[in-house]
Amino acid sequence: MLTTSMYQMHLDAGAKMVPFAGYEMPVSYPLGIKKEHLHTRNNAGLFDVSHMGQIRLSGEGAKAALESLVPVDIIDLPLMKLRYALFTNKDGGVMDDLMVTNLGDDSLFLVVNAACKEADFEHLLNNIGVECKVEFLENLALLALQGPKAHEVLAEIAPSTSEMTFMTAKQLVINGIDCFITRSGYTGEDGFEISLPAKHAQKLAQLLHSHDEVEWVGLGARDSLRLEAGLSLYGHELDNDHSPVESSLNWALSKVRRTGGEREGNYLGDNIIMNHLNEGSESKIVGLQPEGRMPVRDGALIEDELGNEAGQVTSGGFGPSINRPIAIARIKKNYIENQSKLFALVRDKKIAVEIVKLPFIKQNYYRG
Amino acid sequence: MGIKFSEDHEWVELKGDDQVVIGITDFAQEQLGDLVYVELPEVGDECSRGENISVIESVKAASDLVAPVSGTIIEVNSRLEDEPELVTEDSMGEGWFIKVKLSNTSELDDLMDESAYNSFIEE
Repeated sequence: MLTTSMYQMHLDAGAKMVPFAGYEMPVSYPLGIKKEHLHTRNNAGLFDVSHMGQIRLSGEGAKAALESLVPVDIIDLPLMKLRYALFTNKDGGVMDDLMVTNLGDDSLFLVVNAACKEADFEHLLNNIGVECKVEFLENLALLALQGPKAHEVLAEIAPSTSEMTFMTAKQLVINGIDCFITRSGYTGEDGFEISLPAKHAQKLAQLLHSHDEVEWVGLGARDSLRLEAGLSLYGHELDNDHSPVESSLNWALSKVRRTGGEREGNYLGDNIIMNHLNEGSESKIVGLQPEGRMPVRDGALIEDELGNEAGQVTSGGFGPSINRPIAIARIKKNYIENQSKLFALVRDKKIAVEIVKLPFIKQNYYRG
Repeated sequence: MGIKFSEDHEWVELKGDDQVVIGITDFAQEQLGDLVYVELPEVGDECSRGENISVIESVKAASDLVAPVSGTIIEVNSRLEDEPELVTEDSMGEGWFIKVKLSNTSELDDLMDESAYNSFIEE
C-alpha cells in the first residue's frame, strides 16, 4: 500500500486510515466526518490529496495536443488560469475528469484522479507523447485548504494569495518552499490547492494546521462536501459508459469545440458527444431530495409509481450542512421532463424522492 | 447477570426474568462514526438470533444491527428516529435500541461478559 509524505502526520493526528486508490489515506480524524464537514463549511479544512496525479505537458504543441483528448478549449486558456476538463473515450464516455492550468511557456499542469492516474498517463503518452513532453510529477504533494477562513489563513503566510480569484493560479515561495497555488477545490467552498515538493509537505501542513481555524479533514467529509456541492465524482456520476451530456456536464464543453465552433470536434468520441449535445441524451444526472431521514445511497434503483425503472442513484448519503439525506442520480429523460413521481428502493422500502436543482448548498467561490 | 455482549458489538441487559434491552457498544459507536439515521423494527416483530433487525446509518455507510438473541420486540426507542445522535452520546443509556421478550433465555449463556468482551475488542 502506498502512503503520502504526510502519512505520519495523519497517524499522529489520530486519523482512521483506509485503503483508497492504492493508498492508505485518512478517511476521518477524531473530530469525525460530520464535524470535519461542518468545520470546512464554517472555518477551514486541511486535506491531504497527494494521492491525486500531477502531470506536466510541455512543448510548442502541448495545447493543441491536449485538445485532441478533451472537448474543452485549451488553446485559449489564459495564462495562470484553470479549466475543468474531461478525458473522453472513442465511444464518447468519460475516462477521467481533470483540472488544467496554463503555466505559460507552452506548459500545462494537470491534476487527475488518483484511481485513474496511471491510465491517464499512459493515455497521454500513447496519444500525444510525440507532440509534447508528458511528465508524471512523482515527487509532489498536494494539499487543499478549503472553507471561508482559508484565504485569511493562507494570506498570513502568503499575502499575495488574497488577490487571487477562483480558478486562477500563482507560483509562490512560502517559507522557502516552492509552492504552486490555485484558488480552487472540490468542496463548494472558497479555498486553495497547493502543489509542492513532497519532502516539504509536512512542514507546510504543520504551518497551516497551527492556525486555530484549521482542522485536518479526511476523505469521508471530502465526499459529503462535494456531494452537497453537487460536484461529479469519477466512478459515480462520470464513467466510461456515459457521455458528458448524459452526466449533465454540458457547461464543461467549450463553445469553440462544439458543432459550428472554430475548432469543433477532433477529440475522442466527438461525434457521439456533439450528437448528444445537439439532440439531447436519454438520461441526465440530477439532484434528488429523499423524503424523510433515511439516506438513499449509491446504487439504489429509482422507480415510478407503477414500478417502471427510471434510473439509479450515483452518489447518496447525508448532507451534514443541510442536515438531511441527499442524493445524485442518473434518471431517464422522460421521467425528468414529465416530472414523474419517483421513488428510491431502499431495503424493500419505497422512499419518495423529488428531483431538485444542484447544488444542495450555495457555492461560495471567490470571484473578486 | 448484569450486562452481556455479543461479537457483533451489542450490549444486552437483562430486565426481570426474560426481557432484555439491547443497544450497541461504545466501541461499535466509535467505529461507525456520526450516526444520521436509525431504522428500527416494529413492536410485535419476532426476531431470531443472527437476523438483521435494524439498520444503523452513519454519514458514510449503512450497517446492520444483528439480533443477539431470539424473541419478540416489545419496545423500541423511537427517540432514535429523530435523534440518532443519542447513540453516539450515550450508547449504553439513552441510545438503547430495542427491548425484547426472550423466547430462549439460554441464548444469554452464549454472550460474553464485560471482561471477555473487552479482550475480544482488543484482538
